[in-house]
Amino acid sequence: MEKAKANIDYTKTVISIRGLEKSFEDFAVLRGIDLDLHQGENLVVLGRSGSGKSVLIKLISGLLKPDKGTIEVLGKDVCCLSDKELRELRIRMGFSFQSSALYDSMTVRKNLEFPLVRNQKQLGRKEIDAAVESVLDAVGLSQTINQMPAELSGGQRKRIGIARTLILNPEIMLYDEPTGGLDPITCTEINDLINEVQQRYHTSSIIITHDLTCAKSTGDRIAMLIDGKFQRTGSFEEVFETKDERIKPFFDYNFIQ
Amino acid sequence: MNTENNTPAPAQKKDNTIKRRITGFFTDLYKIHLFIVRFFKEAFVPPFEFKEIVRQCYEVGVRSFALISVTGFIVGFIFTKQSRPSLASFGANSWLPSLVSIAIMRALAPLVTALIASGKVGSSIGAELSSMRVTEQIDAMEVSGTNPFKFLVCTRVLATTLAIPILATYTALIGMLGGYLNVSMNEGVSYTAFVDQFFRPLMFLDFTSSLIKSIVFGFTIGIVGCYQGFYSKEGTEGVGKAANGAVVTAMFLVFIEEIIIVQITSNFR
Repeated sequence: MEKAKANIDYTKTVISIRGLEKSFEDFAVLRGIDLDLHQGENLVVLGRSGSGKSVLIKLISGLLKPDKGTIEVLGKDVCCLSDKELRELRIRMGFSFQSSALYDSMTVRKNLEFPLVRNQKQLGRKEIDAAVESVLDAVGLSQTINQMPAELSGGQRKRIGIARTLILNPEIMLYDEPTGGLDPITCTEINDLINEVQQRYHTSSIIITHDLTCAKSTGDRIAMLIDGKFQRTGSFEEVFETKDERIKPFFDYNFIQ
Repeated sequence: MNTENNTPAPAQKKDNTIKRRITGFFTDLYKIHLFIVRFFKEAFVPPFEFKEIVRQCYEVGVRSFALISVTGFIVGFIFTKQSRPSLASFGANSWLPSLVSIAIMRALAPLVTALIASGKVGSSIGAELSSMRVTEQIDAMEVSGTNPFKFLVCTRVLATTLAIPILATYTALIGMLGGYLNVSMNEGVSYTAFVDQFFRPLMFLDFTSSLIKSIVFGFTIGIVGCYQGFYSKEGTEGVGKAANGAVVTAMFLVFIEEIIIVQITSNFR
């Protein structure tokens, strides 16, 4: 499916990162990242395995603490928030994990209810059921409502993972390798779903991937992460038309595949 | 190329390993201390997770019920059988119920229950939380605005702290039944006479020390299992290590606590 024109407001920044650095023991993963995510925009972060892409979104969601630099999400500095304030901010952000991270002791229904029941205690049974059915319908998996995560395929698990984040109506979506380990047809379905989420829920998203098809079909802007820094940022075509020897092999390999 | 200069000498290597282990031990000790402090900070502050605590209590009870029933009965039966010859040599067979009651109430019931729970419940908590950590389920909970420490750790620790004393009481009663069966088969003592002799030597301190012991053991099993699971290393190896670490550490600590509590309570007798 062709990506519909996104409604991006370039005057509003939902995520603003300045001089971000993160090391693990002696290994510097991020070495001074600057980034702005605009309202309604899908930003794809491309990079090799181990280049720090997942670390970047874990820093944005406050799962990791940066060594240096600032991360402002929806106007709040993630590093300076109390636990309570961070939890409140996280409700406005959705995080789709690479492994889907579904609670394997709960059915799909319970998985989807979990964030809602815990964060919106005023909701009644009928409202919760309606919200669950609505997000399941949005990801096209209404029939799986009473299944356990172990009974789902990889693609279905990814979709349910996305549905679980959508149930809280997030303003920002963070996707960690949304098409990782999936067949090409399921990848296309997930890419379409990411675009649909952008249109239907008016979210701004950061999509972490090394899959060029995913990058091309979902991204309004691409940022190439190499050696802990964004070496090139722009539209897919702008990033692709480069003579940079660190970037070119990445594209060549993907097209051979 | 000469690589000899880059390879540390065996003695130096051993020194480094010892240093690393000592540092690791104290780092672990500090982390456990922080973990316990965090538990007390979060467990008694609203919102409370009553539903989850009840569910976990049920899990702890059900997981250990069958094994505790069998073990409790066998302990009571065998202890009575093995004690008989010694008492018989003094012609003191009639003291058997009293001896069994003191042994079971003061030491065996809380200790046997704690050891079984360490194996069944502690390992299961360690493995469950560790696999949740490995599959990013704990991170998923955190980013969806839920405090995973409160939901996963506090509930499990409170559940073991509440459930183990109940299980220990049950072990004592089942042990008494085992003892009665043996006495009844050999001495033909009636049930009422046995129960009367069983409870006669027991003092208030025996009940309270047994209860305190069970509470401490339950708390230890919960905390150790949760700590091992919550901070486990990534990968399937981490899950195995967490489960194993939970059992070994909990059992070791239970014995240490048993010695300390017995020393303290004996001062009040």
